[in-house]
Amino acid sequence: MDNNILIQAKGLYKHFKNVKAVNGIDFSLSKGEYVALLGPNGAGKTTLVEMIEGIRTPDKGEILVKGHPLSEIKSALYNLLGISFQETRFLEKVTVEETIRLFASFYHQPDEKSERVMTLTGLNEKRKSYTKNLSGGQRQRLALAISLLNDPEILILDEPTTGLDPTARREIWDILLKLKEGKNTSLILTTHYMEEATQLCDRIVIMDKGLFLAEGTFDELLKRMNLHDSATFSVEGDVPESLLSGENGLKLEWDAEARRGWCEMKNVATEMPRLFSLLEKNNLTLTDFEHKRPTLDDLFLIMTGRRLTEETD
Amino acid sequence: MRKNELWQLILVHFRELLREPGVLFWGIGFPILMAWGLGIAFTGNKETRKDIAIVNYTPGGSLSNYMAEHASKEKDKSGKEIFVFTINDPVFGKNIFRLMPVDSVTATLGVKRGIFELMIDNSNDSTVFHLDPANSEARLLQLQIATVLDKNHSDKSFSEIKTVPLEVKGTRYIDFLVPGLLAMNVMMACLWGMSWTIIERRKGNMLRRMVVTPVHRRNILMGLMTARITMNFVEALLLMIFAWIYFDTAIQGSIAALLLVFVAGNIAFTGIAILISSRTANTEIGNGIINFVNMPMMILSGIFFSYHNFPEWSLPVIQALPLTMLADSMRSIINEGAGILAVLDKTIILTLTGVVTFVVGLKMFKWY
Repeated sequence: MDNNILIQAKGLYKHFKNVKAVNGIDFSLSKGEYVALLGPNGAGKTTLVEMIEGIRTPDKGEILVKGHPLSEIKSALYNLLGISFQETRFLEKVTVEETIRLFASFYHQPDEKSERVMTLTGLNEKRKSYTKNLSGGQRQRLALAISLLNDPEILILDEPTTGLDPTARREIWDILLKLKEGKNTSLILTTHYMEEATQLCDRIVIMDKGLFLAEGTFDELLKRMNLHDSATFSVEGDVPESLLSGENGLKLEWDAEARRGWCEMKNVATEMPRLFSLLEKNNLTLTDFEHKRPTLDDLFLIMTGRRLTEETD
Repeated sequence: MRKNELWQLILVHFRELLREPGVLFWGIGFPILMAWGLGIAFTGNKETRKDIAIVNYTPGGSLSNYMAEHASKEKDKSGKEIFVFTINDPVFGKNIFRLMPVDSVTATLGVKRGIFELMIDNSNDSTVFHLDPANSEARLLQLQIATVLDKNHSDKSFSEIKTVPLEVKGTRYIDFLVPGLLAMNVMMACLWGMSWTIIERRKGNMLRRMVVTPVHRRNILMGLMTARITMNFVEALLLMIFAWIYFDTAIQGSIAALLLVFVAGNIAFTGIAILISSRTANTEIGNGIINFVNMPMMILSGIFFSYHNFPEWSLPVIQALPLTMLADSMRSIINEGAGILAVLDKTIILTLTGVVTFVVGLKMFKWY
């Protein structure tokens, strides 16, 4: 058994009345690794992590944590895991500090530990606030603070930034990136924000309808699907047919109706200047130009015909 | 019509209601069941029975002679002779008044327990009524009895009877009421305070969040129970101090016994609270279940009025209810001067009830 593998799941299935939430999934998590489960709502991300958290039993399949079957190590499991659910309503008229200390007592952690997670998550100023008076971002940071109380080897965050504004989201990311520097924590993050997955995680797993569609680093995923940079542009007049043949080394298309051109850029550094000089040579004056990098959303669109932000039926 | 906003608003609420079978049952089925159950039990035969104590009974006196002539003689459970007037009325049904010659200790005890609301002092052939004027049931009963006694009596002397208010501590209505309220508060505080809290925490994922740590699940519930019992103790203490200052009530029996019974009652009801909140995350269903447990005991356990007026067959059932046990035990200690031994059996049953419901509740408890 590879000592670096913390979680190994094989052949996981979980079906509900009308939904095949998880429909045959293999998953593993290594020490220090940050993994994103990226997929639209209803992809089965939450069900998968809930099985890893031990609060749902798979219909079929096996989950090993550090080589031991999950069902056999339940009490030890929760010393390893730090968990944040999509939503937790903390006791309303209990302060941030009191809530953190309550959970610290479950891990037999001293008060200094509570102080440290409060500082790490930037909740010091809010320590005397009732949890019901916290903003969405603060509430998620409180949930995060609690999940960090035991210095978890494995942190499982279920959509920690859903519904938050960009600033609040960025604050959570900063905390997680700081944590990543320590290299002691592995992360399983579910999200439907591709930006979050790319910013935080080494490995991205794309999930849809209870299955893993693809996994790898951001670049690997794009390469595998043969996705490249591209440019769109407009010019005065029309791009003549002769330029579209590919003889000039550029893959160029022209939509006469929309009056918009498209050019593939496998290597931006050489192809962009070539496109500009070609247009100039043919007296085509640029009126608009846009360089586009492919995104995971494009990837998801190609794989499923839907966008990440769309609901799964 | 379809586009009318009010119509649509009404419609969505109905949809929501109809799609939650639990809510439907507890909202519609349960009240019907309650009405049916209570209706069958207490309105089926229009028969009321009232017991009246006669102390210092003078055989051969005018009351005695009158009863010998007009009442039917029966034997009570212990074989003592009692006098029964049965009035059949087309509207009020069958009214049975049982006049029981007893010694004054038995009579006082009966008043304290709510078995008698009225005493007749028959010493030297007099007819003096003793009752608490604050107890409307007792006043009504006095009028009824006076009417019954005068019915066949030419000189109407029974209706000129003197009335003396009951003033001995423990025999007043307030003395009956305070222990009942103490007991009821324990039940209400546990069912609403604990069950409701548990259901809310389950709904908000808080229970689930707590158990994905190394916490001992048992302790989550024990913490809630301990806090609740402590609060209940403070509430009871304040109520007793208030009643003592304002109504001059007193604890006539053992304080240790009272504490013991109180703790046992709390154990019983915290256990019940955990059992009934062990599954649902829906507050409306929770509401129904709490009422299901709460309401019958509120009505039957003799908190505000004695349960001795309920039909004979129902008494063993009523006396087996935890609230009845708690209220009766507390009454016997506070008003009758009972000690630990007198309430030991009920204390044990209440404690066991709590332990069993707690263990079963914990077994089927839904944490997530």
